[in-house]
Amino acid sequence: MSTPFLSVRDLRVHFSTEDGVVKAVDGLSFDLEKGKTLGIVGESGSGKSVTNMAILGLHDRRNTALDGEILLDGKELITATERELEELRGNTMSMIFQDALASLSPYHTIGAQIGETYRKHTGASKKEARERAVEMLRRVGIPQPDIRVDDYPHQFSGGMRQRAMIAMALVCDPELLIADEPTTALDVTVQAQIMDLLKDLQQEFGTAIIFITHDLGVIADIADDVLVMYGGRCVERGTKKEVLRTPQHPYTLGLLSSMPSLDGPVDVPLSPIPGSPPSLLNPPSGCRFHPRCAFAEKVAGGLCSTERPTLEIVDGRGSACHLTPEQKREIFDGFTAARTH
Amino acid sequence: MSNTTPLLDVTGLTKHFPVKGGFPIRRTIGAVQAVDGLDFQVSEGESLGLVGESGCGKSTTGRLITRLLEPTGGKISYRGQDITHAGRKDLVPIRSEIQMIFQDPYASLNPRQTVGKIISGPMEINGIQPSGGREKRVRELLEIVGLNPEHYNRFPHEFSGGQRQRIGVARALALEPKLIVADEPVSALDVSIQAQVVNLLQKVQKDLGIAFVFIAHDLAVVRHFSHRVAVMYLGKIVEVADRDDLYGNPRHPYTRALLSAVPEATAEEDAPARERIRLTGDVPSPLNPPSGCRFRTRCWKATEKCATEMPPLVQVEGNKPGHLTACHYPETQETVPAPRAAKDPEAAA
Repeated sequence: MSTPFLSVRDLRVHFSTEDGVVKAVDGLSFDLEKGKTLGIVGESGSGKSVTNMAILGLHDRRNTALDGEILLDGKELITATERELEELRGNTMSMIFQDALASLSPYHTIGAQIGETYRKHTGASKKEARERAVEMLRRVGIPQPDIRVDDYPHQFSGGMRQRAMIAMALVCDPELLIADEPTTALDVTVQAQIMDLLKDLQQEFGTAIIFITHDLGVIADIADDVLVMYGGRCVERGTKKEVLRTPQHPYTLGLLSSMPSLDGPVDVPLSPIPGSPPSLLNPPSGCRFHPRCAFAEKVAGGLCSTERPTLEIVDGRGSACHLTPEQKREIFDGFTAARTH
Repeated sequence: MSNTTPLLDVTGLTKHFPVKGGFPIRRTIGAVQAVDGLDFQVSEGESLGLVGESGCGKSTTGRLITRLLEPTGGKISYRGQDITHAGRKDLVPIRSEIQMIFQDPYASLNPRQTVGKIISGPMEINGIQPSGGREKRVRELLEIVGLNPEHYNRFPHEFSGGQRQRIGVARALALEPKLIVADEPVSALDVSIQAQVVNLLQKVQKDLGIAFVFIAHDLAVVRHFSHRVAVMYLGKIVEVADRDDLYGNPRHPYTRALLSAVPEATAEEDAPARERIRLTGDVPSPLNPPSGCRFRTRCWKATEKCATEMPPLVQVEGNKPGHLTACHYPETQETVPAPRAAKDPEAAA
């Protein structure tokens, strides 16, 4: 493999708070190629958003300790100055946020907000920026873009606002797009429209996308590779098919089997994961999932509570779990068989 | 089921919220037609799922049933008694039988009250003194919902989201209700916690025989929980059927589109390809809903008839009894994607 487009190595993001240090991300590594989509799944507090804020350099440096390596096209981002980051943000990399209404300024027109990024990075005139905004709105499927460009965010519906956000993020043809739960606040029919749009735009421009979500269904729809996060660490990664069809980590298995489906059996209770996600102020020792793991006692010597399992990635596939390969086969094969019917 | 009086009988239920405007004299200039002529029944011990996108009126319906809102028109009967416009006093005995579980486990619990106080609240208000005392009953309830009875004196902030929702469930159970209206009870919870709460509600429903109106936007959760499901669009029920009929043989175009838009966690390459229906545009404003069939502006089958004639909610040809569809041109079995149709071969006949 040549140098990947985006490479994150052993990333650590720690926040110091009054109650102690919150280890929001604790040793995370992944790569992403151009034109590919990486889905990051995890529950609230698993560190998925924090990771991406770190890539964009959006954390307040005063109370955030960043450590590790983030290489975007060979450029180190953790040590980059604010000015260098400003040059990259909106231009080479950009972000779509979950709440489109809160992320748009109510006092400026949609056109002005889309044009602002363009003018900053290209030095275009106001007129050119407006034309560009109209073009972008057309591309994301807003009807009558030449009229709607002068609308304010409150005049747009939820789905249209999200489209406007996407237009804003893509105005400078970024090479990396980070989408943080972009469809969570939307209805399913609109969600489907937005995901189709992202896929189309990716095909057109070859953008690399990091797609953050807690919904495995969305991941199945859009991602090429999947990274499952738990308690600030990656517990499993692989291609979409590998992770969803043949999971190798008890947490992924738990997530998959706790979700009701549209055509699974209905009269059996769901199998939830017991307990609740860990506090990152005082995370569990060893494997962070062990207090909730159904298989922890199978591991000899109580290794799960004392030693952090390593994540060994071979050909992009791996999981961080102490279970032996035989035990894994025994546990996960039954699940795989059940899912393939 | 139909020969006895249903627990809850709703006919023509309507709620219009007036919109005021104008200067200097403010007048009513329009009405948000949040709910417009709903008919449905809930039998004892049955759970009815109410699904639809945001703004379709499902929460308003829940609040009308519990009489937290005053209906504009129509009729709500609870065990044969008309409660549509019943006053506060008349509602007292009924309120104790119809309880509600709310969406937001953070906003729905008073942060300054202990768990014990919160759960015994309904008993205090209704002056109920269970044998063995209220505290004993609260501890029992905590046990039922899977919390430690020792948590009696704790405050809500000491609990996680899932645990708080359990407290909400315990409070709803305190008066041994006959009907619980659950408004998006799991949508604010993490995926791994959702299943815990769904299982709890299901256990409560089965063990205590409580009827549920389960309001949610997540079709998979509703399928798991409900005996019957009603699909709402812009203040109207477009289709209602037994769970298996609705998911196996959706007849309304909107139901089909909704089902096909749900992303599923299967890597699709070797799964049978699911047909996708992509709706364009957004839900129109309930302030000024389309004439005729309200779905027609987004429907791929709409004709002139749809614009002029409101389709009635009836058992269209090919439906099983109890499966009602409001559409002039209902979908047929042949066009339903194979994997789901296969589950219900009878319906094809």
